[in-house]
Formats: sequence, C-alpha cells, structure tokens
Amino acid sequence: MGLWRRIYLPAILKGLSITLRHVFRRKVTLEYPEVLPPVPRGSRGTHRLNKDELGRERCVACFLCATVCPSRCITIVAEEAPAEWPDRDKRPRVFDIDMLRCIFCGYCEEACPCDAIELTPKFYPVGTRREEFVWTKERLLSN
Amino acid sequence: MAFVEELNEFVYTTRIGRLVDWARKNSLWPMPFGTACCAIEFMATAASKYDLARFGAEVLRFSPRQSDLLIVAGRVSIKMMPVLIRIYEQMPEPKWVISMGACASSGGVFDTYTLVQGIDQFIPVDVYVPGCPPRPENLIDGIIRVQRRIETGESPASALGPLRAEQRCTENRRSPWAPLDPRVPHALPPATPGL
Repeated sequence: MGLWRRIYLPAILKGLSITLRHVFRRKVTLEYPEVLPPVPRGSRGTHRLNKDELGRERCVACFLCATVCPSRCITIVAEEAPAEWPDRDKRPRVFDIDMLRCIFCGYCEEACPCDAIELTPKFYPVGTRREEFVWTKERLLSN
Repeated sequence: MAFVEELNEFVYTTRIGRLVDWARKNSLWPMPFGTACCAIEFMATAASKYDLARFGAEVLRFSPRQSDLLIVAGRVSIKMMPVLIRIYEQMPEPKWVISMGACASSGGVFDTYTLVQGIDQFIPVDVYVPGCPPRPENLIDGIIRVQRRIETGESPASALGPLRAEQRCTENRRSPWAPLDPRVPHALPPATPGL
C-alpha cells in the first residue's frame, strides 16, 4: 500500500463529497406520523362490512369468505333473518375477524357474492393485547 | 425562607426517572430477529424513505446484549423458538418486544405442526403489529407505541415476571379451524342485541 492510500485522507474526502452531494439533492424521507403517505389505489387494509340502502348489513352468512380465507381468521355464526327481511334466509349473529391472523389477501372480498365485505385502504392499528385485534361485527360495520 | 421561595420561581423539581425514560425512549436500539419477509419490510423502514433515525432507533445491533428492543419479524418455528428465547434472555433489562406481522403474532396462515402460533406463548410481547407484512408505516406506529409506553412509565411486559402461557393468550389460542368443524364443540359468544 502506497503512502497515498495509507494516509486515508483522499478516500475520506471522496466519501464526504458523496455525502455532501446528497445534502443538496431532493429529500426522499416521508415525515410519516405527521404527513400521511399517498396510499395506492386498491391498497388492502382493514375490513369493512357494507350496509345496503335500508341500513341492514349486506352479509347473508353464506360462509364463502370464511371458507376461502387462507388463514381462517373469519368466524361467522349465522342466525335466521327476521321475518321482515324477505330477501334472505340468514344473517350473521357473530362476524369476527382476527386482525392478527389476517394476511389482507382480499380473497374474502373476491368470494363475497353480496359485496358485503370489503377491504378499505385504512392502515391497521397496532395494539398491546391480542384480544384487541378481534374485530366484532359492530366494529367492522362502522369501519 | 425568602431564598427558597425565590428558588421555586426558576427551579423545577422532577424525578430522575423521567429523564432516564426520556433518554431510553429516544435511543431505542432494535435487535432485528428477521426470519421472513417482514424483515424485508423492516429494512425498508430503516432505509432512507421511512428513516428510523428520526425516532432514534437507527442503531441496529445484531448482538442482543447491546439492544433493548427485540423486533421479531417473521415466522418462528418450534425449532427456532429456543434460539429466540435465548436471545430474549440475553438482552439487558429493561427490554421491549415488538411482534411484527401475522406469523410472529399468531401464526398467520401457517397453522401447522411446526410453527409457533404466536411468540407470546413463550416471551412477553409489548406491541403487536398486524399485517402480512406490515407496511413500514405500521412498524413506525409500533415503535411509537413502544416509545409511548416508555414515556408514560408503563412497565414493559418483561417486568411481569416469569411467563405462563395460559396467562398470555386466552381466547385466541383456539385453532382457527375449530369453528368450521361441526364435530369440535366450541362456546358460542352471546347474541348481540340489535341488528
């Protein structure tokens, strides 16, 4: 190794010049908690259960989403629909989604024949207990 | 006496613990335990676009003895679990654990005989981050949540003492196959009024 390389100074200056050049470049860092990043269209986040024009939930408890779900995170318990709902036989009494098990693949949305379940582009929240992540029907309807 | 009253005007008293917590909060040193695709997303979080250095957590130590935040990113198989427990025990107190992604938190799609269905059956977890894998924003949310836990003086989950699995996970430990199998009896939740 010659003296030129042994004193290390040229290499350090070369490295610093790269750093200095990047100081004046366009900044790429997103200020995330303050500025929300643009979410691409079709981004899959938390689930939502849709309602129809009468304000009833669209779900008819056909179990297609629970069957197609690769992680088996959907728990449905069906019950008979009230008599004043002539267009359907069943409705879900329990519709729970375990957000920790869900992989947000969107298969439930594809399988649903009634457009009842849908994945919103909203971010999924973090939590400190596992029980927080089981979203009930009420929470899914209001999401 | 007059001197003491004068002193009160420009001297604030506080606890030294607040200062220590503030220092801890802004200098979390993560120990990434990346076994799968969540680790790739963790790299994206540490890279310039999301820049963990903004939260003082950019010093990734691959030695557990120098870190205080364990980020378990990825599937943990039953064979890997003793390694993870050893790494966790080597970390000095106080320590925090983030369970990142569906696999580490609950097993995710891999409900198989080889995979731990949630690392919280073995080590205490402070913050769960759902997603498969979580977006970097979600991981940043998790780190901010850990910071808030430190800030508010909430004791880390590791301070709860030796862990008993049955304390940690209660209802979620049921196999996700159970509701679909009519032969397996399971308790139904109570009927919801309305709707």
